Amino acid sequence: MSDHVISDARGGLFRRISDWIFRRPNAFLILLFLPPLLWLGVVYIGSLLALLAHAFFSIDEFSGFIIYEPTLSTIAQLFNPANFDVILRTVLMAAAVTIAAAIIAYPFAYFAARYAKGKWKALFYILVMLPLWSSYLVKVYSWKLILAKEGIISWVAAKLHLTWLLDALLATPVLGGPSLSISYFGTFIVFVYIWLPFMILPTQAALERVPANLIEASSDLGGTPGQTFRHVIWPLALPGLIAGSIFTFSLTLGDYIVPQIVGSSAFYLGQAVYTLQGTAGNIPLAAAFTVVPILIMFVYLSIAKRMGAFNAL
Amino acid sequence: MFGRDFKMTLSNATVAVRFQDVSRHFGNVRAVDAVDLDIARGEFFAMLGPSGSGKTTCLRLIAGFEQPTSGHIEIFGETAEGVPPYRRAVNTVFQDYALFPHMNVLDNVAYGLMVKGVDRNQRLAKSEEALKLVALAGYGSRKPGQLSGGQRQRVALARALVNEPKVLLLDEPLGALDLKLREQMQVELKSLQRKLGITFIFVTHDQGEALSMADRVAIFNEGRIVQVGRPEDVYERPQTRFVADFVGSSNVLSPDFTKACGLGANWSSLRPEKIRVLSAKEKAARDVVSFPAQVTSVHYQGAITRINTRVKGDQVLSVSAPAAGLALGDKLTLAWPRSAMHVMGGEA
Repeated sequence: MSDHVISDARGGLFRRISDWIFRRPNAFLILLFLPPLLWLGVVYIGSLLALLAHAFFSIDEFSGFIIYEPTLSTIAQLFNPANFDVILRTVLMAAAVTIAAAIIAYPFAYFAARYAKGKWKALFYILVMLPLWSSYLVKVYSWKLILAKEGIISWVAAKLHLTWLLDALLATPVLGGPSLSISYFGTFIVFVYIWLPFMILPTQAALERVPANLIEASSDLGGTPGQTFRHVIWPLALPGLIAGSIFTFSLTLGDYIVPQIVGSSAFYLGQAVYTLQGTAGNIPLAAAFTVVPILIMFVYLSIAKRMGAFNAL
Repeated sequence: MFGRDFKMTLSNATVAVRFQDVSRHFGNVRAVDAVDLDIARGEFFAMLGPSGSGKTTCLRLIAGFEQPTSGHIEIFGETAEGVPPYRRAVNTVFQDYALFPHMNVLDNVAYGLMVKGVDRNQRLAKSEEALKLVALAGYGSRKPGQLSGGQRQRVALARALVNEPKVLLLDEPLGALDLKLREQMQVELKSLQRKLGITFIFVTHDQGEALSMADRVAIFNEGRIVQVGRPEDVYERPQTRFVADFVGSSNVLSPDFTKACGLGANWSSLRPEKIRVLSAKEKAARDVVSFPAQVTSVHYQGAITRINTRVKGDQVLSVSAPAAGLALGDKLTLAWPRSAMHVMGGEA
């Protein structure tokens, strides 16, 4: 053993790398971030931009070749009644799904965050996550059977002598149809089911982060449980609900499998993109459709920010 | 001597908070165990004890965050058990202030008035006034995150006081402040309490804070109150070894040693500052006990030096004396008036 205070710079490649990193923390940060930056910057954002750029090209109607000259004509096509219908239908469905998911998720998340402890909390997580462990397609097809004319729901309705109610529901103009599995109601139910965990988890996390002593403080100052919820818990947990709604909203905007399996044959954004870039080979219009959900999310987030949804962050 | 019953004989009209045989159990843990206590109106009352001694649970019982497992609590003569916190004219200054992070300072202070339905102009005016009271006028538009610890403490105080509570509860209110600020806030709290005449009940584990601010102090240990009294009672005449040890740092003298000093064979306490180091020529006066001792450690503390010594057998004595140039192993003679020794009850 030497009696030096500072040990010798011993050999070994890793030891020397460690010493080098110790002296240059910034270089270390760059090393750490380089791979994800490359991935996000080049592979992800880059290809996304390349795709979006196509929205400003057009397609030659006869040859089907892409004309690489900047034009707004493809974007303008989005406002054709047929195309605009697709956008409107998708946005309304996404909004309805988000609102319904929020209404169902909130009490569930509230219970889990404020009351469930130990074993009950574990059970909550399992219940929420369990559906995510099975295949998405299997779930959607199961729902098709559940919602079908001879499916469980109509069987239960018959047993409960509620067939009239189901029929009345299906007789709703536009939203109804011959059976739940081929109506807007069906698509809606399956969407809500599929995306619900993505609403529950961030909401629950946000509610759990509301400090217990703020709730006590509100109560101490004379706030009834209702007032405490409105003035303290709700605003502080709102960012979580917004995060959840970003998931459910954007996932619904982009999904093309659920409406294909369950629902009327009306097109949604995802399906439009899918068909346009595939069978129709119209990449510019597909790209133009892709711009839509991005713009909508941008608008949605700006509104949420303006309404103060992120003030408590 | 006092009995074990710490109810002062207060008439109902002067009691702010009354505990009658109150217990609060969490499973097998008796956080508060059969406590009897009267706190007078307008009193500055301190609950002192180590952590886990039940003092904070007592405070939470008064605030209404906890309900007693058994027993009876009265606040200003009205039954409090079963009453939720939002129906009590009692407000709390929380240990970590618990300011609402999404509201500015003024809205924080106005919160209590807002939920009670006081109209906007009136509640904002009153809140401004409360901020002035704690010397924070003009800070209303800031967010709590932009304030220092001491300022947040004042906001918490203003937020509680604006409701004109009958009883103000303070849970380790100065715990998070640095020494200088803490001393300043002690003075301010005390003068504020005198000015407003509100009953202040505050919880602390800092005996210096309790002794300097409170009119009366209750010492908690293991869910029970072991002594209640004025600061000088508790400091000069501790009733148990625990109190002697916890309040200040008394020498606890064994029954044998007490007897050797010419008193009864009981545990007794002796404050370090009552002990003098005798010079070689000095003779002990009458009624003064003196013993040879050997220095076991010396701790310089600025104004005084604490000297730990070993006397007769295993008895250890600490002495507070002005810096004396003593070193480890030095032999010396210690002396103190017999009257400075306080003999405690039979129990430990």
